[in-house]
Amino acid sequence: MELFSKKNKETFLSPLWLNNPVAVQVLGICSALAVTSKLEPALVMGLSVTIIVAFANVVISLLRNTIPNRIRIIVQLVVVAALVTIVSQVLKAFAYDVSVQLSVYVGLIITNCILMGRLEAFAMTNKPWDSFLDGLGSGLGYALILVIVGFFRELLGSGTLLNFQIIPECLYDCGYMNNGLMVLPPMALIIVACVIWFQRAKNPDLQEKSN
Amino acid sequence: MEYLSLFVKSIFVDNMIFAYFLGMCSYLAVSKNVKTAVGLGAAVTFVLLVTVPINYLLENYVLAPNAIVEGVDLSFLSFILFIAVIAGIVQIVEMVVEKFSPSLYASLGIFLPLIAVNCAIMGASLFMQQRHFDGIGEATTYALGSGIGWLIAIVALAAIREKLSYSNVPAPLRGLGITFITVGLMAMAFMCFSGLTI
Repeated sequence: MELFSKKNKETFLSPLWLNNPVAVQVLGICSALAVTSKLEPALVMGLSVTIIVAFANVVISLLRNTIPNRIRIIVQLVVVAALVTIVSQVLKAFAYDVSVQLSVYVGLIITNCILMGRLEAFAMTNKPWDSFLDGLGSGLGYALILVIVGFFRELLGSGTLLNFQIIPECLYDCGYMNNGLMVLPPMALIIVACVIWFQRAKNPDLQEKSN
Repeated sequence: MEYLSLFVKSIFVDNMIFAYFLGMCSYLAVSKNVKTAVGLGAAVTFVLLVTVPINYLLENYVLAPNAIVEGVDLSFLSFILFIAVIAGIVQIVEMVVEKFSPSLYASLGIFLPLIAVNCAIMGASLFMQQRHFDGIGEATTYALGSGIGWLIAIVALAAIREKLSYSNVPAPLRGLGITFITVGLMAMAFMCFSGLTI
């Protein structure tokens, strides 16, 4: 079996942009909006979700022939909850500040629709390696949107990136001010809307017919 | 009085949608018309009202340090236990409603299974854990308030989207884009409630 056949590459690359889980499939919006007021938590969140989706996909794919169909949702939830517990404990141990900033949203990865969507749609019917690539692609596609939104919100809202000052001091002396609205919840929605707008303007196939 | 203040706060200030973005997926997907929005909102409120008090009891009498066995702290199990309770309760609620009120089941039926993976439900339990409420009464009040807040938010968005379908939106923004912007503006409006006290 080829490790990177054409189909596998497609599986991995399509969720990154053209079939992005957040902007196109509308999955996992909750956490995408809530953790992006700074770049650092957005990065950590994107990474955690990528790891969890990839490994949950592998586990479910290995178990796919033994899971009784009627209780599959509960089995999937338990597998995901176990992985999320591990990630949450690791974050608490090694990156305590970030885990405080992420607060309940680490726990909410369990109910992130991307996970259930990928498990149901892909891992239940595909081999472990394919599922791993699919999970990795979806997770990175999600992380990409988080990083874009986090980048703009931190740059315009606090003038910093990863807590380093980016906007030079002399601009502030000339009367430049941080846009305080950027760090508040409503702007997350509006920036995601702008990302979607940009993406659909580039790819007319994705545009919807009605409102 | 304390309860009333918590109730009003959880509806307007700590609104599930506008302050914490919980339950966004179904919020965006099921807000195309007012009738179904009311159905989903009512189902979410109901499930919140049942699961949060149960998880509160579990949190304080099973998972807390020294709760069952002296010197054992089970709080790391909370994610798995909470989601199991939620999935189980949703299943039971579905069966009970189907048995005793077929008409309600017919109107809610499709939404009930979806609610197990609605972040608003899990989120309320996690916030309950994080905020250390003083008693089951406070936890229940919080659950009811958050549910009603979610209901108000989804009905308001559905009403706006019904009107929006008559307007001429730029093609790339149609559907998802304009909905996001609408929710953003609604969230800004709701921010004027911050600091509200009774």
